[in-house]
Amino acid sequence: MNLSWIMPESVSTFGPALDNLYYIILVITGIVFVVTEVVLVYFMIKYRHKEGRKATYIEGSSKAEWIWTSATAVIVMALAIYSKGIWDTIRHPDMFPVDAYQLNVTAKQYEWNATYAGLDGQLGTSDDIQSRNQVHIPVDQPVIVNLQSEDVIHSFFLPDLRVKHDAVPGRVWPIWFEATQTGEFPLACAELCGLGHYRMGGTLIVHSKEDFDSWLSEMQIEAEDDE
Amino acid sequence: MSDAVTASIDRTPEPGMGVFNKKLGMWVFLLSEVMFFTSLIGSYIILRYAHPDHFAAPGELLNVNLTAANTFLLICSSVSMVKAFAAIQQGDLKGLQRWLLATILMGTAFVSVQAYEYIMLAHEGFLPALADYTAHAGGPLYGATFYVMTGFHGAHVSLGVLALIFVYIRALRGEYTVADHEGVEVIGLYWHFVDLVWIILFTIVYLI
Amino acid sequence: MSSDISMGDSHSEDHHDLGFIRTYIFSTDHKMIAKQFLVTSLLFLALGGMLAAMIRWQLGFPGQPLPFNLGAILPDTMAPGGIILPEFYNSLVTMHATFMVFFALMPLMAGVFGNLLIPLQIGADDMAFPRINMLSFWITPVAGAIMLASFFVEGGAAGAGWTSYAPLSTSGEWTGVYLGQILWLVSLIVLGFSSITGALNYVTTVIAMRAPGMTWFRVPLATWSLFITAWLLLLAIPILTGGLILLLLDQTIGTAFFRPEGSGEPLMWQHIFWFFGHPEVYILILPAMGFVSEVIANRSRKPVFGYHSMVVAIVAIAFLGWIVWGHHMFQSGMNPFLGMSFMATTVVIAVPSAIKTFNWIGTLWKGDIHFDTPLLHAVSFVALFVIGGLSGIFLASAPVDIYLHDTYFIVAHLHYVLVGGSLFGIFAGITFWYPKMFGRMMNETLGKLHWGVSFIAYNLAFFPMHNLGVQGMMRRIYDPNQYEFLQSLQSTNTFISKSVFVFVSVQVLFAINFFWSMRKGKKAGDNPWDSNGLEWACPSPPPHGNFAEIPIVHRGPYEYSYPGREQDFWPQNEAPVESFGASTKPEHEHGE
Repeated sequence: MNLSWIMPESVSTFGPALDNLYYIILVITGIVFVVTEVVLVYFMIKYRHKEGRKATYIEGSSKAEWIWTSATAVIVMALAIYSKGIWDTIRHPDMFPVDAYQLNVTAKQYEWNATYAGLDGQLGTSDDIQSRNQVHIPVDQPVIVNLQSEDVIHSFFLPDLRVKHDAVPGRVWPIWFEATQTGEFPLACAELCGLGHYRMGGTLIVHSKEDFDSWLSEMQIEAEDDE
Repeated sequence: MSDAVTASIDRTPEPGMGVFNKKLGMWVFLLSEVMFFTSLIGSYIILRYAHPDHFAAPGELLNVNLTAANTFLLICSSVSMVKAFAAIQQGDLKGLQRWLLATILMGTAFVSVQAYEYIMLAHEGFLPALADYTAHAGGPLYGATFYVMTGFHGAHVSLGVLALIFVYIRALRGEYTVADHEGVEVIGLYWHFVDLVWIILFTIVYLI
Repeated sequence: MSSDISMGDSHSEDHHDLGFIRTYIFSTDHKMIAKQFLVTSLLFLALGGMLAAMIRWQLGFPGQPLPFNLGAILPDTMAPGGIILPEFYNSLVTMHATFMVFFALMPLMAGVFGNLLIPLQIGADDMAFPRINMLSFWITPVAGAIMLASFFVEGGAAGAGWTSYAPLSTSGEWTGVYLGQILWLVSLIVLGFSSITGALNYVTTVIAMRAPGMTWFRVPLATWSLFITAWLLLLAIPILTGGLILLLLDQTIGTAFFRPEGSGEPLMWQHIFWFFGHPEVYILILPAMGFVSEVIANRSRKPVFGYHSMVVAIVAIAFLGWIVWGHHMFQSGMNPFLGMSFMATTVVIAVPSAIKTFNWIGTLWKGDIHFDTPLLHAVSFVALFVIGGLSGIFLASAPVDIYLHDTYFIVAHLHYVLVGGSLFGIFAGITFWYPKMFGRMMNETLGKLHWGVSFIAYNLAFFPMHNLGVQGMMRRIYDPNQYEFLQSLQSTNTFISKSVFVFVSVQVLFAINFFWSMRKGKKAGDNPWDSNGLEWACPSPPPHGNFAEIPIVHRGPYEYSYPGREQDFWPQNEAPVESFGASTKPEHEHGE
């Protein structure tokens, strides 16, 4: 049985910051949880009805209310402010890396199709390379994926990289990320998209720079030959 | 567990209690109607700003003049409704009946003109749904939003006319007095609301 | 109309039997309507539970035929050989949520308790509009029948989630469901009228029909929360109705409100739905919060700690609930600045919820706590709502939500607030007000047993779902084993399923208690809990018209254990004691 609150290891550049925030929230909520429940149970036991016991008539305490209201407000607002930094890093268009490698990923019932620029170096031309249910990227290189969908809303989820974004038909949503480790990582669909939603998995293949370059040129030459 | 069941309870309110139930109920109901039309009108606004190429300029496809006259008619029917209420406030039952009838006739005319307009537009190919989804002036989004907004408004007017007929029949039977005419006030509120929604719709659909 | 004619006169002169139909079927009496809502809600709750059990069967024992030969009753389009198909699984998750939210929880909160408590607690003889009230009930089984029918049509029941996102839900081309999806929409459009008419009754009644002396700050918290909930229903349901109509048009006549091929906007559906959907979740919890306040105060023999703040918190939650809807759409492609603003408003809503939680605990403090079944359920609400609320903090943080969105962490969060919160709150309400409804007490032993097993099984089932989410398990997934990284979670899923089966099964004890006590429960007097509210100042069950005379209210609802008084309670309508030297109670004292 897996009852771990520990996140699986992250392999992207913004992974650690996101995980950090998660752990901060975990600690704060964990403390609040323990304190609240312990006090609740303690009061239940200490003030349980016994023969001759009388309750104390207390209507409230403005002081106590101001204290716990402000404390809660301060804590949650601090969390929101702290979250903003990470949120902007991941999502703000001004913070997208300028030298990123771009590819398109189009979702459809029930597969992922990735498109890479062909020999002409341009995405969206006839010599583009396609891969089905596999997304190839180089390690240690920011990547921008232009998410699209052919039919319904899907969601592009790379758990190990802490990447998730909806692919909405009729729109192109660019997202960025940078992998820090080579290897193969799961790609999942995270938005109900029909009866095959549960089997819409794919693989993210992170190559070393040299391997990616050679893979890409091989594919580009093949595509050129096929034309 | 036997309930003592009575056929009727004396529901005359105690002083300060329950005197304005029906009016309050209507105000509250109208608030929910505001939210309903907000969702329809809101969708129209969103779609129009996102895809202006689906929509036509005012007057290009729709008959603004005819609808302007129709709008005037509906506003007049609100005036007659005010007059009806004023009449019964003075105890003038005949006046109430006359002005209610005027309101009913004008309301019916409004719906008829709208139905006529729908028929004309349909003949020109302006429909709520089109097989061809391509964007063009008068495109599918325009028809869909137009018919949904004006159609639901028209339905509300029609139901209002039915309610007015019901009130009119009671008025003919002399059931309203100076002291007790809450039903007239309440239908009046509904009628003015329906008129107000139309003024907004007319502005954003036909004029802008 | 002279005010000294008591209502008792008109009753005693006019006792004539309305007959079975007018008493039990087409009744305008709010108490009978409450019971009618109770019957339909509990039936749909049971159905929702069975659908959940089937979902958990597939997740716990994937690809295995349903046990006890249950597969035999399901057609091959749903579960050939008793093995649930992926399309049926999608219908199961959709319909489980739909029945639970719309046909069980909402009618339980508003339909049952709104109807039962509001007139009684404010000292009125009935609702403002009894016939509209009757209509409001009868719409519900009609809508329910339409929803049920959708299981039996070709293509089966709706399968696009209870959230029905477009464009998936716009066409059977995407889901394989045609008529079923249409019936889902029609059913909910119809049901909306029940909510709106009911809500307008509640709002009008509370504003216009409070008994003399029942000022706003003497209104009990159950009525306050039902009143505010009614406002939310009134304003939020019509938004949903509008959206449902647009989606219905997309599905039937081929409009393109939400279809991208016709330049429609799929995201617009999400905005409309969640603009309704977020206030909706407060509709589902606020009344339960009200019941919990009543029960904890009464069973601790103490005033609610911070009654005024509790009222302010209810109103604050209701207001703030309108401006947080985007937190359901953090990953949909929204402008990140908008994401930030929704994050800010979402964390703020934690504040009034925290106030309420601390105030409940403050109510227990230095109390004289009686461990009756209602109290156990009420305290469970607090304990579990804390968990649900805290898990919400993770989701409120937009970046953390990137990872947790659409995973089992959300499933854990929503069930902690809706089951741990709302359902246990409802159990507190039912066990507490059952004597008023039926004139008899529920059985304590059975009640405690039901509570204990439910509480344990519930937590065993839903707590591990947080961990499933942290390990990345997505929601609405027919077979997680398709993903290698999820295969190690199978044993957790099986454990959860078994716990759910226990939880669902033990509800039978509640059902037995409910029916047995109606005939054989200990007879309850007017006020078996020694409570202060006006609902206890009339017989159990109250007669038609409720009060022999309109009660006059002299004090607030939580004057328990008032110093110097012999009795540890002080009913709201008890005449003032002159020896205190004033006709209303003396200045307030505050604890330290």
